[in-house]
Amino acid sequence: MAILVGKDTKLVVQGITGRDGSFHTKLMLEYGTKVVAGVTPGKGGQEVHGVPVFDTVEEAVKATGANTSVIFVPAKFAADAIMEAADAGIQLIVTITEGIPVHDMSKVVKFVREKGARLIGPNCPGLITPGEAKVGILPGQIFKRGPIGVISRSGTLTYEIVSHLTAAGLGQSTAIGIGGDPIIGTRFIDLLEMFENDPETEGVALIGEIGGTDEQEAAAYIKKHMSKPVVAFIAGRTAPAEKRMGHAGAIISGSSGTAEEKIRVFEESGVKVAQVPEEVAALLKEALSK
Amino acid sequence: MKLLEYASKKVLSEYGIPVQEWTLVRSVDEVRQMAESFEFPVVVKAQVPVGGRGKAGGVKLAANAEELIKHTTDILNMEIKGIKVKKVLIEKAANIEKEFYIGVVMDRKSQKPVVMVSSQGGVDIEEVARTNPEAIHMLTVDPDRGIQPYQARWLAFKILEDKNQARAAASVIMKLYNGFQSVDAQLAEINPLVTTREGDILALDAKILVDDNALYRHPELEELRDMDYEDPTELEAREAGLSYVKLDGYIGCCVNGAGLAMATMDIIKHYGGEPANFLDVGGSSRPEKVLKAMELILRDPNVRSIYINIFGGITRCDDVAKGLIEAFSQMEIPVPVVVRLTGTNEDIAREMLENSGLPLITATTMSEGAQKAIELANRS
Repeated sequence: MAILVGKDTKLVVQGITGRDGSFHTKLMLEYGTKVVAGVTPGKGGQEVHGVPVFDTVEEAVKATGANTSVIFVPAKFAADAIMEAADAGIQLIVTITEGIPVHDMSKVVKFVREKGARLIGPNCPGLITPGEAKVGILPGQIFKRGPIGVISRSGTLTYEIVSHLTAAGLGQSTAIGIGGDPIIGTRFIDLLEMFENDPETEGVALIGEIGGTDEQEAAAYIKKHMSKPVVAFIAGRTAPAEKRMGHAGAIISGSSGTAEEKIRVFEESGVKVAQVPEEVAALLKEALSK
Repeated sequence: MKLLEYASKKVLSEYGIPVQEWTLVRSVDEVRQMAESFEFPVVVKAQVPVGGRGKAGGVKLAANAEELIKHTTDILNMEIKGIKVKKVLIEKAANIEKEFYIGVVMDRKSQKPVVMVSSQGGVDIEEVARTNPEAIHMLTVDPDRGIQPYQARWLAFKILEDKNQARAAASVIMKLYNGFQSVDAQLAEINPLVTTREGDILALDAKILVDDNALYRHPELEELRDMDYEDPTELEAREAGLSYVKLDGYIGCCVNGAGLAMATMDIIKHYGGEPANFLDVGGSSRPEKVLKAMELILRDPNVRSIYINIFGGITRCDDVAKGLIEAFSQMEIPVPVVVRLTGTNEDIAREMLENSGLPLITATTMSEGAQKAIELANRS
């Protein structure tokens, strides 16, 4: 089973002729993802790594039946690209691009919802169902199929934790990077629900960080609705207030969004919180053996 | 980008919000020369990028030129929350009748702009939210339609009884929202908005936070960037495509990815050390970026060891190794360097570093690297 992406994923790459788009198209193809089309306005008719390029997402969908899109276009044009995908009937839109203005995202998130599509990101590494499909820039070799769902606001920290999971014999059903921006299309609670309903997933690793209250909402959701064990890690215990820590969303404003607060709320909700990244695997193993 | 009071008022007045005329002063000499020209009483206010200046004594009323010079001298010699005051704003004291709060924030939870108003103005709004939440009235705005006049009136009548003043406040709310939207703010607030004994309405203090990701479409705001309070190293890092935040510890960190960079700081603390900085070299790290990162880390005199923690996804470990070798050849590196490289092309990178003969200490796991960096820092 797994969630969101798999054997049925037919992927269109928006921004396929750019440096990152082209490079990762190659890696996604090598991983076995069905990349059926690319889009770069004005470059229709070309091919990139054997994938046909179209001028519009609509044409790409008509010609190839693409149902999922991954976006590599620069920040200035990314909001437009997301809306184009949603308007063309794409169901799952994965936005890798970093640096999209938050006012744009406020409008885009609303538009995507009205179109009935799902947005992952922006400013995220994408998602992977090991052995079936990789959509985004995650390094495929560290993932192995198995019972753990992974949800994370980060990229490389996810890889760090996943490599420990894999080494501990805990493969992944699906791993999703939801993005480090203040406004994102899919949040922890959306995916917790999907993992709770996914028969293949037996436990979830949730990787959060400072800023916002998505982790607190996740904790409340887990307490109320989750039967499967969840283990969390929160980055930014040592982060100073009012300073943006790389991610646009990783900022403690006033007294809200601190790591201490998030850890406390998780622990009160019965969620084990790892002290260091490598502890996530051990805590999950323990929870699953019960 | 955080706009200080004077810059925020400049922006708000451009959107038609009434503010007092003000003078910005950076030295006592400047005030001496013009002290007689003010219409007293005036207020002297420290311009600093942190809250709580009133409590710290950074806001003073002056009844005459002598007091003005004295207060300006005092405030310019102050430190507020560790930040040295570099300039003050002087404006005519208002005859305050009542103080209110109005603000617009891009709300992460609803993912929409939210307008907040309160009759409890002039105090920390977070404090009001904690102690007296019913004193705050909120309205979520559709980002496509923007705020409508009836919504602004609804908010204004919640905090003002006088019909003329409520109408004036509704107009300020509309203008504040428009300003918020036009400059791509994450937050725009007036605290306090006051009614005066003369019946006017005035924005006495204001704060705007502009979305850094949108600055590309606001070249006009660049001149409002406050170079007095920007950390030059942080600025230089940003220009080089790095994200750097200075901290108080002694272990320099160089990491790829913001989440891993925060986790690296945390793990250093976990094992008893203190991180000297947050530093994300970003994805697709070119060797030049690593070189620049080493330069910035070493500029901090507190650094006693450096921990390079790279998980290669898009970042190629061999690029990082190349940058490191380059750094050692171009600059003197007087502290021990612990390197942990894993992921894409880690074998090539390891071989490059071994063949380089450089005095690097390698680690295979994140914990091991942190412990080694702490041990070496403690020894030096």
